[in-house]
Amino acid sequence: MLDLGLYNYWVVIFLMMTGLYVVISRGNLIKKVIGLNIFQVSVIMFYVSMGKVRGGTAPILAEGIEVYSNPLPHVLMLTAIVVGVATSAVALALIVRIKEAYGTIEEDEIRVVEGEEEAR
Amino acid sequence: MIEAVWALIGDDLPALQIAVPLLAATVCVLVRRPRAAWAVAMLVAWSAFANAAVILHRVLTTGTISYFEGGWPVPWGIELRIDLLNALVLLVVTGICAIVLLAAPRSLAAEVPEEKHYLFYAVYLLCMTGLAGMTVTGDAFNVFVFLEISSLSSYALISQGRTPRALTSAIQYLVMGTLGGTFILLGIGMLYMTTGTLNIVDLASRLAMVGPNRTVLVALACITVGTGIKLALFPLHIWLPNAYTYAPAVVTAFIAATATKVAYYVLVRFVYSIFQVSLAFEVNRLDAVLLPVSIAAMFAGSLVAIYQDDLKRMLAYSSLAQIGYMVLGLALANVNGLTGGLVHIFNHAIMKCGLFLVLAAVLLRTGSTRLSAFAGLGRRMPLTFAAFVVGGLSLIGVPLTVGFVSKWYLVLGALDAGLWPVAVLILASSLLAVVYVWRVVEVGWFAEPPADAPEVAEAPLGLLVPIWILIGATLFFGVFTSLSAGVASAAARMLIGGAA
Amino acid sequence: MSAVAAVGLAVVWPLAAVVLIALTHRRPNLRETGTLLTAGSLFAVVAGVILPAVQAGGRPRLEVLELLPGLELAFEVEPLGMLFGLVASGLWLVTTFYSIGYMRGHHEANQTRFYICFAIAICGALGVAFAANVLTLFIFYELITISTYPLVTHSGTEAAKRAGRLYLGILMGTSIAFLLLAVAWTWLAAGTTDFRPGGILAGAVGGTQLVALLALYAFGTGKAALMPFHRWLPAAMVAPTPVSALLHAVAVVKAGVFTVLKVAVYIFGIDLLATTGASRWLTWVAAFTIIAASCVAISKDNLKARLAYSTISQLSYIVLGAALATTAGALGGGMHILMHAFGKITLFFCAGAIMVGAHKTEVSELDGLGRRMPFTFGAFLLGSLSVIGLPPAGGSWSKWFLLLGAAEADAWPMMVVLMASSLLSIAYLMPIVVRGFFRPAPADDGHGAGIHEAPLLCVLPPVVTALGGIVLFFVADDVWRLLTGMVP
Repeated sequence: MLDLGLYNYWVVIFLMMTGLYVVISRGNLIKKVIGLNIFQVSVIMFYVSMGKVRGGTAPILAEGIEVYSNPLPHVLMLTAIVVGVATSAVALALIVRIKEAYGTIEEDEIRVVEGEEEAR
Repeated sequence: MIEAVWALIGDDLPALQIAVPLLAATVCVLVRRPRAAWAVAMLVAWSAFANAAVILHRVLTTGTISYFEGGWPVPWGIELRIDLLNALVLLVVTGICAIVLLAAPRSLAAEVPEEKHYLFYAVYLLCMTGLAGMTVTGDAFNVFVFLEISSLSSYALISQGRTPRALTSAIQYLVMGTLGGTFILLGIGMLYMTTGTLNIVDLASRLAMVGPNRTVLVALACITVGTGIKLALFPLHIWLPNAYTYAPAVVTAFIAATATKVAYYVLVRFVYSIFQVSLAFEVNRLDAVLLPVSIAAMFAGSLVAIYQDDLKRMLAYSSLAQIGYMVLGLALANVNGLTGGLVHIFNHAIMKCGLFLVLAAVLLRTGSTRLSAFAGLGRRMPLTFAAFVVGGLSLIGVPLTVGFVSKWYLVLGALDAGLWPVAVLILASSLLAVVYVWRVVEVGWFAEPPADAPEVAEAPLGLLVPIWILIGATLFFGVFTSLSAGVASAAARMLIGGAA
Repeated sequence: MSAVAAVGLAVVWPLAAVVLIALTHRRPNLRETGTLLTAGSLFAVVAGVILPAVQAGGRPRLEVLELLPGLELAFEVEPLGMLFGLVASGLWLVTTFYSIGYMRGHHEANQTRFYICFAIAICGALGVAFAANVLTLFIFYELITISTYPLVTHSGTEAAKRAGRLYLGILMGTSIAFLLLAVAWTWLAAGTTDFRPGGILAGAVGGTQLVALLALYAFGTGKAALMPFHRWLPAAMVAPTPVSALLHAVAVVKAGVFTVLKVAVYIFGIDLLATTGASRWLTWVAAFTIIAASCVAISKDNLKARLAYSTISQLSYIVLGAALATTAGALGGGMHILMHAFGKITLFFCAGAIMVGAHKTEVSELDGLGRRMPFTFGAFLLGSLSVIGLPPAGGSWSKWFLLLGAAEADAWPMMVVLMASSLLSIAYLMPIVVRGFFRPAPADDGHGAGIHEAPLLCVLPPVVTALGGIVLFFVADDVWRLLTGMVP
């Protein structure tokens, strides 16, 4: 039986596996980076989920509210998002250079070019 | 004057290890002139090295240093916490940074266009920031942040290699490295979930109270896999050979000696300080996974190294084997074994860095790092070649070199654990090192260079000096072991004794 | 000079030669003078300062530094090490004279490198001789291996390269895989690696473990050339003859058997081995090596190869002496280090002199040469007597004590082996002398006329060592008295 009370964790696992699968199975570098992003997002959702306190609101001080969600994981994820963006940026920059050097961003085609160079 | 400065910064030394390189990186970008950028980087790296030495001295005399960033006490603020273990790692990282920089201008000139040099130094300092940060921090999430800083900058450094293959190697590393980093993040999240804290000391005490459960097991698995990727533990090593082979020679020397070592430190820190022996080994049997894997790494790495034609790739595979030794030391879970693993951080860093710099010199003079480039090197570049021989002997583990010290402790650890077949395997795998090292020595010693080969001069002083500093250190610390093995065994006793 | 200081000096002194040689590499005469002076002064120090102290019952001990907690780099001279140190330093002096004649007569290249590596190897041999613990011994043992590699591969030919591979592979392979493990095991079991009279393992290791540990030591010491780890020695014969003479008849191989003997006496202890019988199997391995190597020697036509197999056979005498686990056996083994050294170095010197003087390398080519090279062949005869073990050569004494040891251990098969091996050694050595003196020279093909004695520096050393072998016959008593200090 699936425990639907923890459905967000199932979403996390689903996304994580999707991302991992894309990274492993796709030869297109852009798609790989997308897979990597999905993978990272799943972890972000994981953190956000665990910060949630049942019945709690957003952690903003206000009259009459006593239960807040845990703000710390949310803050941590701000950093993680930044890291993710930076990673994507570096990856895309590298892909642009690869496209210039090889004329393709498909891994198997790159391998062909490299093999030819090796043979020479 | 000096005292005034000391009064100002004397207590902030751990924070300076992170802040100074970080700021200096931006300075490098601003000055734009390669020479000036190099000078800035040199100044920062060598003072960081001196700083690390002072910190180690302090830890040795007064015990663990704890520093609250911004004055916020734990558990709210982020703590920098330096004990014997990371003081040693910090010394290695900053020392290697500083020494490799000595070689950088001469070697880079041949591989990276001059207008990019200032950026190179900036990124180099960023990488150093990340590595030093991972080492000194006492906060689990902080480890992840600094890990990503160092990783992102190392992707950039690797992509500067001469051939387009540097780019594909970098992106391969990026994909693997990001997966690894994210796994670590996931594991840290689970630890936070169970304990509600990120401070390493707190984590340790609360985990011990929580005791074993499924989340802790998964956290341990995630962190092991994540750091396994970052430290290129067989079979998660795919990125390493290409990255080492196609990166600029100095970058290889730098990364080989620091990045994997710090990743190993992170694994040790998590396993021994946070999970501690009881959770990691007695409940969850981490050793049952890591022992076979590390032994496989020792053999797979050395065996593949024997068949490599490109010597950078050969040394890269040799690194895989050496990483196997380090992880084996961790997995033995006794004082002698862990001492072997920890002292190998130090020992392997200096010998491998020295060997990669030898290759940088050969590349500079002959234009290639293939085996054929070594033909007749014994006569053409005698000092460089001698350095390779000594470094190679150290890889084999010949006495009076540092390699022997590590191997001695590892063998003792295996015998202590009652695993004498493992002891035999450790020694048997060193025999493979004899083969791949001597293959090169034979070519350098006997083979005649091709008749049309250009005259080759000895390596320039800019490279010879750092090479011989490192190779000299492999001999020096092979004889006088109190700094390396002494600190490592004290750290191992501290970790196994349970006091974080 | 105190004996302790002399010990340190003796180990470091050959390195002084290295510096001298390197500095004077452009002036061969000066370079060789430097080597001779250091070799001479080394022998003077060893024989003049350390020997009297040890004879008086002293055990000069020098602790250099602590490598790892509890593990020291230290030297301590006891009788067995004293004997080996004397042999190595004394014969270095003789060999240096010979090298000068040989290397110049043979027009070898890279002579500076040759002398440097030679000196380092001697440093290693003295370190092994004087080591106070197994770890120190291991360190110098490896130093010998590495420093002799360039000597073995001196000619740089394809054959030399292959031989070098075999040499390094076996010597380094066995030492790292087995010997190092044995050292670590000893350290863990006994808490020390010091050589102590009576051994350190009693009560620490027992039963089959003791057998296993002994096997690690015996086979880990590849330099002892126990079968099946003997192939490196014949391979090493591609080296120039002075190397074969000093290193592969004296310093390197004796470092190996010396290690086995010293470990048996000072780590295991003769009593422990005798009461547990842990070394009985080793006597059979040694016996097999003695007989098998002798048989191979008979079949070899190449003179140096024949001598190499003879060396393998003779080395196992010493291993046998250690494995018999009796006092007489151990003393006989110790004596044989000395006696065989003089005998075998003479034979190699002669082989080299024949090569320089007559350019002959095969036994079958030696017919009639004795009449043209009487001194060389005369020395060869005396050396052969010593190796065979016939009076009036020193070798007869060591063989006598080995027989006594075998009798004491009730190991009559070993007595048979020793006797049979003597007969076999007559069979592989005497034909050479007989061919030289009694067969007529082959019909003159125009080349024979140019054959005469090799240069003086090539001929004098074998004559000296051959006579030394005879002198040893008469002073064996002193050697015996020195060595008795090694068993409690």
